[in-house]
Amino acid sequence: MNPSISEKIHLTKEHCTELLRMMMLIRRFEERCAELYGEQKIRGFLHLYIGEEANAVGVMQALTPEDAVVATYREHGHALARGLPLPEVMAEMYGKATGSSRGRGGSMHIFNAERRFYGGNAIVGGGLPLAVGLALADKMNGRPRITCCFFGEGAAAEGEFHESMNLAALWKLPVLFVCENNLYAMGTSLERSESETDICQHAKSYRIAAGSVDGMDVVAVEVAARRAVQAVRDGNGPQFLETQTYRFRAHSMFDPELYRDKAEVEKWKERCPIKRFREWILATGTLHESEIAAIEIAIADEVENAVKFAESSPWEPEADLTRDVLTPIKRSALT
Amino acid sequence: MSVLRKVTYRDAVREAIQDAMHRDASVFLMGEDVGRYGGAYGCSKGLLAEFGEDRIRDTPLAEAGFTGAGIGAALGGMRPIVEIMTVNFSLLALDQIVNTAAAIRHMSGGQFSVPLVIRMATGAGRQLAAQHSHSLENWYAHVPGIKVVAPATLADARGMLWTALQDPDPVVMFEHAMLYNDEGEIAAEGDLSMPIEGAAIRRPGTDCSIITYGGSLKKALAAAAELAGENFNCEVIDLRALRPLDGKTILASVEKTHRAVIVDEGWRTGSLAAEISALIMEGAFFALDAPVARVCSAEVPIPYARHLEISATPQVAGIITAVRGVLRR
Repeated sequence: MNPSISEKIHLTKEHCTELLRMMMLIRRFEERCAELYGEQKIRGFLHLYIGEEANAVGVMQALTPEDAVVATYREHGHALARGLPLPEVMAEMYGKATGSSRGRGGSMHIFNAERRFYGGNAIVGGGLPLAVGLALADKMNGRPRITCCFFGEGAAAEGEFHESMNLAALWKLPVLFVCENNLYAMGTSLERSESETDICQHAKSYRIAAGSVDGMDVVAVEVAARRAVQAVRDGNGPQFLETQTYRFRAHSMFDPELYRDKAEVEKWKERCPIKRFREWILATGTLHESEIAAIEIAIADEVENAVKFAESSPWEPEADLTRDVLTPIKRSALT
Repeated sequence: MSVLRKVTYRDAVREAIQDAMHRDASVFLMGEDVGRYGGAYGCSKGLLAEFGEDRIRDTPLAEAGFTGAGIGAALGGMRPIVEIMTVNFSLLALDQIVNTAAAIRHMSGGQFSVPLVIRMATGAGRQLAAQHSHSLENWYAHVPGIKVVAPATLADARGMLWTALQDPDPVVMFEHAMLYNDEGEIAAEGDLSMPIEGAAIRRPGTDCSIITYGGSLKKALAAAAELAGENFNCEVIDLRALRPLDGKTILASVEKTHRAVIVDEGWRTGSLAAEISALIMEGAFFALDAPVARVCSAEVPIPYARHLEISATPQVAGIITAVRGVLRR
């Protein structure tokens, strides 16, 4: 990547369209998932990213296909923004054999080797050591790529968070840590779970450069991510980006939301990243209402096609239950 | 007859690491005090000078962090050897081993393999008390998606590591702390690699199968030698691999001897010995002339005082008593 362009964002019509389209796609996909959950087509845990779309979409703009992405159990947005095929992701929600994890992962375990998307991790903080290791392998091999690791502010209370911060800083590894601070670790608010509520302070205590950004503003996230990614690529070691965000929906479909005020949720909804960006795009004349409507229609089609694909896909045969527990070994490799 | 040379178990482990690092540039060793200190048990002494800090990588005391980093590095194309000082510390890394290393291949629909080897010391015998004397091999042997081995001989200590590193999946390797000073002979040249699956019959016999692994093997062999004086001819099976278990060898032996005693330093409840006992019941019930007996650790945190530690863990005398017990039936 040309360093001179990496720091700047050219808010061309094309780029704005893509940012808006991807956020809208994630939103539509998840709204459809919620409906399908009601119809019991999707089961298990379903953690929606609605409200937080600007984080994944903004950060992904700064990454190249060679970079690695490690995400959390709330990773539909990251998977789609990383370019995973929508039908495969939807089929995984259904648990079908055509799903990205052949129906073995579900909502929380979406993977894609080709896109270097290392999942979907249901253990809070569990992905951080993995990201450290991916970056270590790159550094040991002198490869110029980076690893981007997403997690929530709840992870900051985990030991693995601190161990990973220390290792990445100690070994100056090419990792971008992205903390999506949505203020609640399931139902426990930040001030009830952290003695230091400024998450960046944790990173700084490991001598990692850290900064916060409005996670409801996709352009601001992209700018901040590009700056941080460039610092990682320039060999400055790990960087830490806190995106201040909010989830509009419950933690999962089982969550009655007894821990926060409806008024608080409504207040955050006014800052909806899609609404805000859309208004800006219209105000600046970058896109016209009719063009956005066309995008909406195209997205609706895309999502419905993904649903059809998932519906019509086969189930993995039960005979293949234990397939992929271990890797098939070529006997010649052992000699 | 091949040429033999004298080594300790510790030397064998060190040579195995050294050899693997020479053979494959993607192999590196990572863990607490593996570098400047030379390894808590001295298994990597001298390797820092030979391979440098990048490949003999001292880590902070962060078992989950560096074990997870080993998983990530394996996903990134390396062949890491993660040394966890002792099995008790590995509990701090259980999340990474069980939730990620063992699961990621299956939960990703076969997209990612983790070619990682995790070595750790295990077992009692050095008066290190409750927190440094566990045998928790069965915890790992319980988990699908990983392989578990326990080299009990010098040849296995020298030969299993390379094979484990060639394996595409995570291999957890248990080295019993009481074996490091053992001395003996191994082949001086040629291919020293050993399979990481399959049990070995260390002493053939006809009267009773003594099934064991790791640090208990020499105790089982000593018991068998003493019982031979009483004209009891015991067969001693070294499991070598704890996952997958070699049921075929176990059952064939029991079919022949009609009696089995399992020696396992783990606690009796929920032990590997229990699993093997069930396996024999399912597969060789009608061949048995006596109920299967187990010699395990007592249900107590391993105590410090020498006599109490001995009393809590399997010993030769206890094995002999158990074998006599099943032979009398």
